Amino acid sequence: MEKTVNQKAWFLVLPVLLLVAFSAVIPLMTVVNYSVQDTFGNNQFFWAGLEWFSEMLDSDRMWDALGRQLMFSCIILAIEVPLGIFVALNMPKSGVWSSLCLVLMSLPLLIPWNVVGTIWQIFGRVDIGLLGYTLDALGIDYNYTQDTLAAWITIVVMDVWHWTSLVALLAFAGLKSIPDAYYQAAKIDQASRWKVFRYIELPKMTGVLMIAILLRFMDSFMIYTEPFVVTGGGPGNATTLLSIDLVKMALGQFDLGPAAAFSLMYFLVILLISWVFYTVMTTLDKREG
Amino acid sequence: MAKITLDNLAHSYLPNPASEDDYALKELNHDWDDGAAYALLGSSGCGKSTLLNIISGLLHPSQGRILFDGQDVTHAPTAERNIAQVFQFPVVYDTMTVRDNLAFPLRNRGRDEAYVAERVQEIARMIGMEDMLSRKARGLTADSKQKISLGRGMVRKDVNALLFDEPLTVIDPHMKWELRTQLKKLHHDFGHTMIYVTHDQTEALTFADKVVVMYDGRVVQIGTPEELFERPEHTFVGYFIGSPGMNVFPARVEGDTAYIDGSEVKLAGGYAAIDGKVEIGVRPEFARLSQTDGLPVRVHRVEDIGRHKIIRAEVLGHDINILADEDEHVSADMNRVTFDASHVNVYANDWRVAPTGEAA
Amino acid sequence: MTLELRNVSKVVEGQTHIHPTDLTLEKGTMNVLLGPTLSGKTSLMRLMAGLDTPATGQIFWQGEDVTGMRVQDRKVAMVYQQFINYPSMTVYDNIASPMRLLGIDKSEIDRRVRENAELMKLTTMLDRKPLELSGGQQQRCALARALVKNAGLVLLDEPLANLDYKLREELRVEIPKIFEASGAIFVYATTEPEEALLLGGNTAALWEGRVTQFGLTPQVYRQPADATTARVFSDPPMNFVQIAKTGSSLSFGDGRTVPASGKLSELPDGRYSAGFRPNHLEITQHVADAVPFNTTLTVTELTGSETFVHLDHHGERWVGLVHGVHDLSIGADLTVWLDPRHIYIFGEDGKLIAPAAYALAA
Repeated sequence: MEKTVNQKAWFLVLPVLLLVAFSAVIPLMTVVNYSVQDTFGNNQFFWAGLEWFSEMLDSDRMWDALGRQLMFSCIILAIEVPLGIFVALNMPKSGVWSSLCLVLMSLPLLIPWNVVGTIWQIFGRVDIGLLGYTLDALGIDYNYTQDTLAAWITIVVMDVWHWTSLVALLAFAGLKSIPDAYYQAAKIDQASRWKVFRYIELPKMTGVLMIAILLRFMDSFMIYTEPFVVTGGGPGNATTLLSIDLVKMALGQFDLGPAAAFSLMYFLVILLISWVFYTVMTTLDKREG
Repeated sequence: MAKITLDNLAHSYLPNPASEDDYALKELNHDWDDGAAYALLGSSGCGKSTLLNIISGLLHPSQGRILFDGQDVTHAPTAERNIAQVFQFPVVYDTMTVRDNLAFPLRNRGRDEAYVAERVQEIARMIGMEDMLSRKARGLTADSKQKISLGRGMVRKDVNALLFDEPLTVIDPHMKWELRTQLKKLHHDFGHTMIYVTHDQTEALTFADKVVVMYDGRVVQIGTPEELFERPEHTFVGYFIGSPGMNVFPARVEGDTAYIDGSEVKLAGGYAAIDGKVEIGVRPEFARLSQTDGLPVRVHRVEDIGRHKIIRAEVLGHDINILADEDEHVSADMNRVTFDASHVNVYANDWRVAPTGEAA
Repeated sequence: MTLELRNVSKVVEGQTHIHPTDLTLEKGTMNVLLGPTLSGKTSLMRLMAGLDTPATGQIFWQGEDVTGMRVQDRKVAMVYQQFINYPSMTVYDNIASPMRLLGIDKSEIDRRVRENAELMKLTTMLDRKPLELSGGQQQRCALARALVKNAGLVLLDEPLANLDYKLREELRVEIPKIFEASGAIFVYATTEPEEALLLGGNTAALWEGRVTQFGLTPQVYRQPADATTARVFSDPPMNFVQIAKTGSSLSFGDGRTVPASGKLSELPDGRYSAGFRPNHLEITQHVADAVPFNTTLTVTELTGSETFVHLDHHGERWVGLVHGVHDLSIGADLTVWLDPRHIYIFGEDGKLIAPAAYALAA
């Protein structure tokens, strides 16, 4: 649609441009600046070129963290997406119960990250936590501060608890948009429950599910607060995900150069994955249109 | 194929209907003949969709029974009734090819693949989509999708009835012609029992052997297009069928003469004494302007709509529409109107009264 | 008040939606844009409203160039095919809303709301919300909101297309009355020839982004300038048969010849396209010099009082519309008759050469 053209509207965008410049572009440039220099304190900087980048690419530490990160994201997606769909399919479609479900399911989404972390940190403690104590009493050897598997299970379950609702709510919205006629037609065609899901519900949910997967992937890929509060990245480095490792490197060890190079690569990876998702989604849209 | 019997059927959406007004569908007894094409015609909210949903089993009636070939199916679920239905908006399985869409109802019933393939081919030829069988249903136009829905409905040879719920609503006007034509032909060739719900008179009259006109939850007339046009059993039928609808005037009837405010109108037959609100109805097609005979009329405007003229006028204080031919000259001194006596119908409380001697 | 389009065109992504068009709409006229879907009716309306800027040309309102002016600054009202009302407001507030934006005082708003509600038969429904109304009432509410502004230009884009046909019939009768009362320039887009004829006024026939003819509605109908206009302004479309004239006889391509009579006898020898409207085909010989055609009946369709017959005439598809309800058997041979006075003659380039004799008399 063409509109009458004048340039005044640009001024309206100016505050946002300034804000973005201060909040994103300038810090990013600072990081770029650090990533190509070395420092020995006293604000003395030396040109280091791409040394940090090659060092980071050669370091097992970053690759290990990336591996853990990918594993974490894949596990939570593999659980949250099917579980979210399952919950959405079994939610009441209308009436008071439907509203009640929606409210209950929104609750975890409203809790701040660090609170979620704290809740689970306490919940899982063997001495005072309900979960940890119960498991211990049942004779199950559970201690997330000592045992790698226990630590992983804890952070995964925590994330599932926190975010499955989001997937379920999105899937529910997709399901609600299916006209009754489809279900009636399926009855008439004598389609089984599985076929109704496979040929009616799933195709209609594809769009929102793509969004859910993208959101959950990005979010879990950058996750920091929750696992940090619960495990602090331990035991050992067992739950040290990318962002936790980055913070350790930058603030714990004050290796600004490698950390800056690390974060730039992290940024590029996220950008790349977003782009892939975006492309896949838009082509899907086109195919539908 | 089956004969469908409605026995004392009525439905109310309220849990405890008190009066007749609470019923969305008022008591109804009717046999739908095996292999006939019916149209359910009426404006929105007249109960036609309620009736259709009861037949398809999506709704259970609050009273009465429904039988397929004498067998009670009142409480049988939709899947067991072996019917097919085409909805207002095309329902296709987007991710499947056209072929798989058409094969779906057969495969669900476990028919062997050779039969399925043969049947799908046959149906595709009927709906003119043979060259699109391998395409995905997603992305097809609305009328192609609706053709697929139609094809899916007909792919089973043993369906008891084919039901249509305003199937041409989303179709482009010029495609409506084609689909309407195709439907009619399919009925002609295969003789399924078909029930077609619509609010469009052309669709109903074109499609059906018998048109069931519904008004306010009640069936007011079941008849052939000719009967609906020439002898509307209810003033609503007179109004709803035909464009413009029938003119209705309050009158007094004595023998073979009606009086509108004391002015005489000749009737074709004699009538016994009639109680209640008496009216006479004349279609615009059967009224004619004249210079000399008939009732005094005041012409408000003449609308030239091409193939004929609609004369909007007033006779004895009542609005009247009169149709004139395209080449008929309407002059200023035509201030009288005559009615074709054989097409003047008499109504008491909105229901037609037969003249004495007419076979009921 | 006049609205003048001078050489106005519209191009979107290299595709021409409206070819350069000149059109002048006079004060107090009803103007129908008639054409099939995608013929450019809505595009042309959007240009008139100022919602789109034309690729070329200028638009004048009362002689003043308003080409680049924003739609808010023009006196334009528009009604769409969808019933667009504010769902959370009552009918009263819906109708009042455009005047409140203009800062008109309360008593004047009240007076005009009631006046328009009366005109639209909405007086008893002023306190209701739009969704509690029937489709016809919702559209009347939208119409009232458009009219209440006293806009000089009222654009109606297929306003009745989504209504039941009986409601459509009622509003079609009402709209010309409302129009007469308002004195504004009305522009009304429709796909249906019958609607154009009922509304009267002027008609612009549109085909593939071109105005093929603009003039008084009955005149465009009776004397279409070319075969395209004739096709657009006929539902079902006009039928055509190729004819050749040699000397004093006409041949219809099926080996038959008939003597050329009346106007037809004055045509120079050559090949022509003869057009006739579906309603002029008869299934009985109605006049002495009617021309018979042997056809095959493919389909019949019934309206309440008339029958459409779809015919195959040596490979050409014709449609006839005959009075009464006829039960004819499909697939049978059917002889149809045509009064030569109902034949339009078009040249091979599609331009009208001779209008039908009856059309000149009417």
